[in-house]
Amino acid sequence: MKVIINNKEIEVEAGTANLAALLRAQGFTGVGQAVAVNNRVVPKADWEACGLEDGMKITVIRAVCGG
Amino acid sequence: MSKLIIGGREFDSRLFVGTGKFRSNELMEEAIKASGTQMVTVAMKRIDMDNREDDMLRHVAHEGIQLLPNTSGVRDAQEAVLAAQLAREAFGTNFIKLEIHPDPKYLLPDPVETLKATEELAKLGFVVLPYIQADPVLCKRLEEAGAATVMPLAAPIGSNKGLVTRELLKIIIAQSRVPVVVDAGLGAPSHAAEAMELGADAVLVNTAIAVAGDPVRMARAFAQATIAGREAFEAGLGGVSDYAEASSPLTSFLD
Repeated sequence: MKVIINNKEIEVEAGTANLAALLRAQGFTGVGQAVAVNNRVVPKADWEACGLEDGMKITVIRAVCGG
Repeated sequence: MSKLIIGGREFDSRLFVGTGKFRSNELMEEAIKASGTQMVTVAMKRIDMDNREDDMLRHVAHEGIQLLPNTSGVRDAQEAVLAAQLAREAFGTNFIKLEIHPDPKYLLPDPVETLKATEELAKLGFVVLPYIQADPVLCKRLEEAGAATVMPLAAPIGSNKGLVTRELLKIIIAQSRVPVVVDAGLGAPSHAAEAMELGADAVLVNTAIAVAGDPVRMARAFAQATIAGREAFEAGLGGVSDYAEASSPLTSFLD
């Protein structure tokens, strides 16, 4: 199964149970970060409950400098 | 000096500071401290999967600082709402600087999309600070839509031109029932003082501090100018006349 994280195609390893596991595997902590799946925000508390689907579009943002 | 209240939060400092364009995060952090600001903007970005840079948040998320995430980079109201929701999740604040400026040359805000997004975000419980053209009618419409402040521009972002929209800002300030934050284009402390003397409730400064020879000293200068301008406004400025008004007695005491 493949998903798109921030415009990059990622092959999901077998046994990755849910969004929380995928994000952990990709090194995202969730601190100062936020996640949307298919352009809908998924709060951190719901990551475990969010299943993975082929072609899912995941956006992970963080703060950068700006006015 | 009176306190400023936005979204139920009190601010002693009326200088808001942006975090763009500093030469380093360390310099930015020092400048923020020197400015005495309690409201600091941040932008958002998708994390680059191949290049995880240093997280700037630790340089700004200090005690007493209200983060003001902006929606820079969105093209319409729908994207702005998603950006605001992401910001709330990432930074734990419902404050949002709404900026929708699709045109990269002048970065002028889209009033139609900004009004739409303000209506939506206010309903969702956000404290909305919309960045807009200095348009008195639009400011009233935003106020009715639930904006927490209005943030009319003095001049295009980063232009350092000062109060190009001065006459319109005066009308906005006279009419507004929400705080007026003059944002963008303030290039020198005197511009900030001038905006405050007109009765603006706060100013937002970024480029002029960030690109200064010494950003820390410039931050301090803007802080002093903002205080001076507000003090002058609250003290009540004297009237302007086309003729001289003697300040010494005109008796011919040498006769």
